[in-house]
Amino acid sequence: MKLLVAVKRVIDFNVKPRVKMDGSGVDLANVKMSMNPFDEIAVEEAIRLKEKGAATEIVAVSIGPAKAQETLRTALAMGADRAILVQTEEEVEPLAVAKILKGIAGEENPDLIILGKQAIDDDSNQTGQMLAALLGWPQGTFASKVEVAGGDLNVTREVDGGLETVKLATPAVVTTDLRLNEPRYASLPNIMKAKSKPLATKSPGDYGVDVAPRIETLKVTEPAKRQAGVKVGSVDELVGKLKALGVAK
Amino acid sequence: MKTLVLVEHDGSSIKDATLAAVTAASQLGEVHLLVAGSGVGGVADAGTKIAGVQKVHVADGGHLEHQLAEDVAPVAAKLMESHDAFLAPATTTGKNVAPRVAALLDVMQVSDILSVEGADTFTRPIYAGNAIATVKSKDAKKVITVRGTAFEKAARDGGSGSVEAVDAGGSSGKSSFVSAELSKSERPELTSAKVIVSGGRAFGSNDQFHALLDPLADKLGAAVGASRAAVDAGYAPNDYQVGQTGKIVAPEVYIAIGISGAIQHLAGMKDSKTIIAINKDEEAPIFQVADVGLVGDLFKIVPELTEKL
Repeated sequence: MKLLVAVKRVIDFNVKPRVKMDGSGVDLANVKMSMNPFDEIAVEEAIRLKEKGAATEIVAVSIGPAKAQETLRTALAMGADRAILVQTEEEVEPLAVAKILKGIAGEENPDLIILGKQAIDDDSNQTGQMLAALLGWPQGTFASKVEVAGGDLNVTREVDGGLETVKLATPAVVTTDLRLNEPRYASLPNIMKAKSKPLATKSPGDYGVDVAPRIETLKVTEPAKRQAGVKVGSVDELVGKLKALGVAK
Repeated sequence: MKTLVLVEHDGSSIKDATLAAVTAASQLGEVHLLVAGSGVGGVADAGTKIAGVQKVHVADGGHLEHQLAEDVAPVAAKLMESHDAFLAPATTTGKNVAPRVAALLDVMQVSDILSVEGADTFTRPIYAGNAIATVKSKDAKKVITVRGTAFEKAARDGGSGSVEAVDAGGSSGKSSFVSAELSKSERPELTSAKVIVSGGRAFGSNDQFHALLDPLADKLGAAVGASRAAVDAGYAPNDYQVGQTGKIVAPEVYIAIGISGAIQHLAGMKDSKTIIAINKDEEAPIFQVADVGLVGDLFKIVPELTEKL
């Protein structure tokens, strides 16, 4: 089984984003950037499938600026075999990302494409589902468990009511949820080794995809701030507050 | 403008999240519903009664029993030939189906809207709700998911819509339902509860989480939630998780116990009307958003609170 894994370079999840004064967006200058956490889980899952003998090759893909190379090198250091960077300095929306990934899938013929369920910058939660639709493949979104069963996959999904398991014929698309696995840290020797793994650079035009945005951001503002309230000194006082709120008798 | 709202249901009743999506749709134009499922005549009838609904399109077929995205999306995409906007609740069901519909229509979806500012303009949270973007969709048709806590719920009665059966299509043959493990609880649902008590990693174990929180929740008639750390540690199942990537809640009262208040958790609950925090660390970020705070040991406070209520 050949695997394709998509990764995105985003603001590090520990950094508190700051809205730019002019309302044009979030300030990313001099901010620590990392691999989207859900995509790390996707890379890890691919590596585990390879370690189990269920997969033969892992190709990591990123669509983004030249610096997304670093994100791909991280994926290679974790254990991906080679990488493709589709380089553009434009912000690429999920629909265009899905179209580019479809183009890559057409060349690479993977049996499974694994993506994070959402990126923690735009929080769209769209790309995997869109890619599956464009390819006419089945999708296992928000996965907490992926099992290979012959030519099929059993994917357990985290849903609002609990868990749901679906069977998908391959080729298929899977998007990862938090509890699918705990991603490994790349070891120093593997980081060194990753530097010599192949990384091809392409452009959206190579796949005939127009990345012009369909959604225009008119402004970005800070959300209404909550004011810190009062501290109470005892459980009795807290009970009093709950009674005043009408939630306790 | 004619809108089509995806009804979230369990085969017999309509979930509350649908009602918020109906309200958002009514701000855009005429409201039609899509009920996809197997033996869903009752759900469709309930749909016709929702205030403001003019028509309910029913796709009824055995292959739609589990509402697999592969089978529901083509039905919705077909109906979109005669509608201008597709709206789904931003639940795991809506988030699974809507982008698939969007891609079939070659439309860029607007996810998780907080408000309708105009026919093509919406606000939505980005960066875990640390920023709010006002966005304008340039696509001719719109595909939108709706944050349930951001819109009033449409009334379940007062409507007098008509029912129209539509082509249910067939199975894609590429995916099938295997099983579900759904949490059973007598307590209210997390996303529609008026009061939520939520626990963090400070509880230390699954046993202590439930031994302390369940009686308190029962006293208050509250739903039980959890932080990501508590779910990751196995103290609570995944469907308890409140946060950026879990459930978004906005109850009347949210009681956060032993939760420090990571950005990702605050993203899921900071629109609650009143936030109460109990934490032993008085510097915990949760106190910066809490209306009422109590610093102390949850293992002493929670039993005492439960007893005194």
